[in-house]
Amino acid sequence: MNELALSDEILMSVDKPARYIGNEVNIIKKNPGDVAIRFAMCFPDVYEIGMSHLGIQILYDMFNQRDDVYCERVYSPWVDLHKILKQERIPLFTLETQSPVRDMDFLGITIQYEMCYTNILQILDLSQIPLLAHMRAEEDPLVIGGGPCTYNPEPLADFFDLFYIGEGETQYDALFDLYKSVRERGGTRQEFLRAACQIPGIYVPSLYEVSYNEDGTIRSFAPKYADVPPIVRKEIQMDLTDTLYPRKPLVPYIKATQDRVVLEIQRGCIRGCRFCQAGMIYRPTREREVGMLKECAREMLESTGHEEISLSSLSSSDYSQLAELINYLIGFKEKGVNISLPSLRIDAFSLDVMSKVQDVRKSSLTFAPEAGSQRLRNVINKGLTEEVILEGAGLAFAGGWQKVKLYFMLGLPTETEEDMREIPRLAEKIARRYYEIPKDQRNGKCQITISTSFFVPKPFTPFQWAAMYAKEEYLARARIVNEEMKEQLNRKSLKYNWHEADVTVLEGVFARGDRRLGQVLQKAYEKGCIFDAWSEFFDNGKWMEAFRECGISIDFYNLRKRELDEILPWDFIDCGVSKSFLRREWQHAQDGKVTPNCRMQCSGCGAAQFQGGVCLEHQD
Amino acid sequence: MNIRIKFQKYGSMKFIGHLDMMRYFQKAIRRADIDIAYSEGYSPHQIMSFAAPLGVGVTSDGEYFDIEAKTSRSSAESIQALNEVMAEGITVLEYKRLPDTAKTSMSLVAAADYLAFAKPGYAPLAETLEELQAKVQVFYESQEKICITKQTKKREIEMDLKPFIYQMEALNLHSAEALTAYGVKNPQILARGSETTSSCAPALFLKVCTGSSDNIKPELALEAFCRFQGIPYEAFSFQIHRLEVYAKADEIPVKGEHERKSYQAYLDKQRKAYEKKGEAFPQFLTLGELGRDV
Repeated sequence: MNELALSDEILMSVDKPARYIGNEVNIIKKNPGDVAIRFAMCFPDVYEIGMSHLGIQILYDMFNQRDDVYCERVYSPWVDLHKILKQERIPLFTLETQSPVRDMDFLGITIQYEMCYTNILQILDLSQIPLLAHMRAEEDPLVIGGGPCTYNPEPLADFFDLFYIGEGETQYDALFDLYKSVRERGGTRQEFLRAACQIPGIYVPSLYEVSYNEDGTIRSFAPKYADVPPIVRKEIQMDLTDTLYPRKPLVPYIKATQDRVVLEIQRGCIRGCRFCQAGMIYRPTREREVGMLKECAREMLESTGHEEISLSSLSSSDYSQLAELINYLIGFKEKGVNISLPSLRIDAFSLDVMSKVQDVRKSSLTFAPEAGSQRLRNVINKGLTEEVILEGAGLAFAGGWQKVKLYFMLGLPTETEEDMREIPRLAEKIARRYYEIPKDQRNGKCQITISTSFFVPKPFTPFQWAAMYAKEEYLARARIVNEEMKEQLNRKSLKYNWHEADVTVLEGVFARGDRRLGQVLQKAYEKGCIFDAWSEFFDNGKWMEAFRECGISIDFYNLRKRELDEILPWDFIDCGVSKSFLRREWQHAQDGKVTPNCRMQCSGCGAAQFQGGVCLEHQD
Repeated sequence: MNIRIKFQKYGSMKFIGHLDMMRYFQKAIRRADIDIAYSEGYSPHQIMSFAAPLGVGVTSDGEYFDIEAKTSRSSAESIQALNEVMAEGITVLEYKRLPDTAKTSMSLVAAADYLAFAKPGYAPLAETLEELQAKVQVFYESQEKICITKQTKKREIEMDLKPFIYQMEALNLHSAEALTAYGVKNPQILARGSETTSSCAPALFLKVCTGSSDNIKPELALEAFCRFQGIPYEAFSFQIHRLEVYAKADEIPVKGEHERKSYQAYLDKQRKAYEKKGEAFPQFLTLGELGRDV
C-alpha cells in the first residue's frame, strides 16, 4: 500500500477523506520506475463527479494497457483541502501512487463544461505548475486538454501546451510514441510540441497567431510556421465495436454521481437539433454491436459488483437494437440489478420497458420539447410534435404514471412572447389529458413540472452565429412563463422551475470566446473563483470585477449577432460538419424549415467523409 | 442460511466510513458471487447487517457482519472468492454459518478489544514498556473509580469508567509475539505504524464495554488515561486498532425454544472443551465463535 500524500491529521479534518486516498477496486497498480511515460488524468471537478465520467475510464484503461505508460488520476480537491494545500504548500498529487502531479510527463485534463475553467487553473496552481504554458520549464508536465469544450479551446489557449480534438481512442498511441522518441534523443519540450502538431487531431495553440480588427473581431488566425497545419481535423473512432471498452471500471468507495455500470451504446445523434453541439460534433452516428454490449454489460457487472446499469448515448431510442439489449439486461433483475433507463422517446415500447424496470408510481416521464410552440420547435429542428407528446402522455397516464417533467429553453433564436406563453399551455394540455381519465380510474392529482434553462449558442451548431440576451432579458422571459402559468386552469397541477441567469451569461462568453479571455479567467481565479458550477461557490461579483479590470466586454461576445463571413475563433477546427451545412441550417432555422434526420434522408452535412456509421447505412 | 463474516481493515482503508464499508461489501458480495438473499419489494436489497460500526481512522482485525445466503460454498472457498475481489487493506478472515434463528451480531455485541498507540512523529505513551506498565498500574489497577465527564448532545455527565473497562494492559508493539498473543493478525503491518520509535513502542491494550447500551469508545478511556498521566491528548496523535468484538458467553445467541436448547447443548460442549484444556470458560466469546465453518 502506498504511503499517502496527506497526513492523518489532514485527512481526518477534511470532508470525505476517501476522495484522496485512491486504492479503489480495479485500480491499476504499476511501478512508476518501470514506465517511460507517467500521465496524470484529471477531471477538474470534485471526485464524485469526476469518477462518474466514462471518457476518463476509457482512456485510463487504454493508456494503462501500454506497458510503457502509467496513467493515474487526479480530481479537484474540495474547498476545504484546497485551503490546506495552499497554506501548507503541499503539491497536488495523483491518487494511484500519491505522487506530485508536477512529476508527471503529462497532465491530461478533460474539459466538459465552461464553468469548470477556473478549476483547471486550480489544478495547475495546486500542482505548482505555472499557469501559463509559455512560463513552463522543461521539467514541468505537458498539459493536454480534451473533451467537448476543446471544440473551441481558444479561451484556454494560454494555459494548455496542446489539445487533443476529438475521440481519444485513435491518436494517443502516436502521441506517446512520439514523446518517447523525442525524450530518448534528448529533445526539448518545444521540439516535441512542434512535432506533435503534425499528429492528426493535435492542436498546439502556441504555434498559431491571432490578429484582431478594430471592432474586436478576428482579422486573421494562422500558423506561425509553414509546416504547422492550418486546419486541425477532429479525431473519430469509426468502429465502436472492435475497440477498447473498460471491462473492469473503477469502483469508488464513496457514492459517485454515477454509482453504476455505464454502457455507451452509440455515439452521435441522427436528429440534428440546431442548438445541440453534441449532435453536430459527434457525427456520424455510430452504433456498437449489441453482442459486444451484452458481453461488456455482463463483464462489468461481474467486475464491479454494481447493483445498477445505465445506458449512455444521445437519443437512445434511435439505437437500432435497443429492444434486444434491454430484454437482455432485464435478465439481470434476478441478481438484484436495476436498470436505469436514459430518457427514451415515450411510446408503447418504452412505457412497457419502463413499467418492467421501475416503480411507475414513483417515477416520472420526461419530455424535452425544448420550445413551447410548434413554430419554434421547427426553428430548432426538434421533431417532437404536440400530438406525439399528448399521445405519449396519454398512454403513460393509462399505464399508471402521474408525474411528467418537461424541459424547455428560453432565449432561442426568433423566440416571441407567444412562444414563451405556449410553454405553460402545453403543460396545461398534458394535465387536461390526465383529468380526462375517469376519477375512479386515476390516482389523485397529476404533477407536471416545467423546467427552463436559458439557451447558450455553441460552436459548430447552426446557432453559432446567434445573438444572446442580457441577463435581465432572460429573467423577464422566465417571468412571462411564470405569469402565463397562473392563467392555466389546472395550475395547481403545474410547477415551474427556472435558474438564475448569471451563469448563462458566462457560459455564453466562454463557449464562443477567444484567446483574449485567458486573462479574465486568470484574474477570476486569483480573486478566488473556483467550483463555479456549484451555486454555493459561484460569485458573479468577482467575475464582473475580473471582466472590468481586464477591460473585456461581455456584450461583445454575447449580444452581437455574428456575421456569416466573420472569422470565428474555432474556424481552424474541422469537426466533420461543413460550415456551408451549418449556414444552410441557420437559414432553414430562420425560415422555420425542418431538416429530416439522418436515417430519413442525408442532408449532406459533411460527416460522410468519415466513411461509416449512419452515412453508409442505406448503401447496402 | 445465516452467515457471519469477519474481516480486517488496515492502512488507508481506515478512512472509509461505516456506510461506505457497507456499500463496499454489497458490491464485493456480488463480485465474489456469494449467493446472498434479497429483500422483497420493488427495490430489493441484500440482507446484510453489521455488528459494530468502526469509527473513521480506526483500523481493525475484528470486523463482523451477517448476511443471509440462499446457498453457500464451503467456508474456505467463500473466503477465497471474497479475498480475490477485495481492495488492498481489507481481508476476509472467517466465514461461518450460524443457526437459522441466530440473533444478529449487532444485538449480541457486548465488548471489544483495542490497541492504542502513538502515531509516528508523536510523543509515545511512555518511553519503555515497564514505564507504561507502571502507569497502567497506577491508573487502572490502583484507582477504585475512574471518573470522567462525558459530553453528550444535551449536557455533560459525570461517570465512572472503571466498570466499563474490563481490561487494561501495556504491551510492546514491536514484539510480534506480544501482538499475536493479543490477536493481531498481521503484526508487521501494525508495527509499521510506529516505525519511528526505537526498540520499544509501548501500546495500550483495552477491553471495553461495547454495544447499544453503555458503549464506551476506546478514545474515551485513552483520553482519561492521558489526562491522568498529564500526557497531552490529541485525537490525531494516537492510532486506535480494534482487535476483536465479543458477545457475552452466557447469552444464548438464538431465538426459539428448540434452538435455545440445542445451543445450550453446544455451549456445554464448549465448556467441556475448555475444561479439558484446563482453561476457564471465558466471560466473552468472539462473534465468530458463535458460528461454524461450512
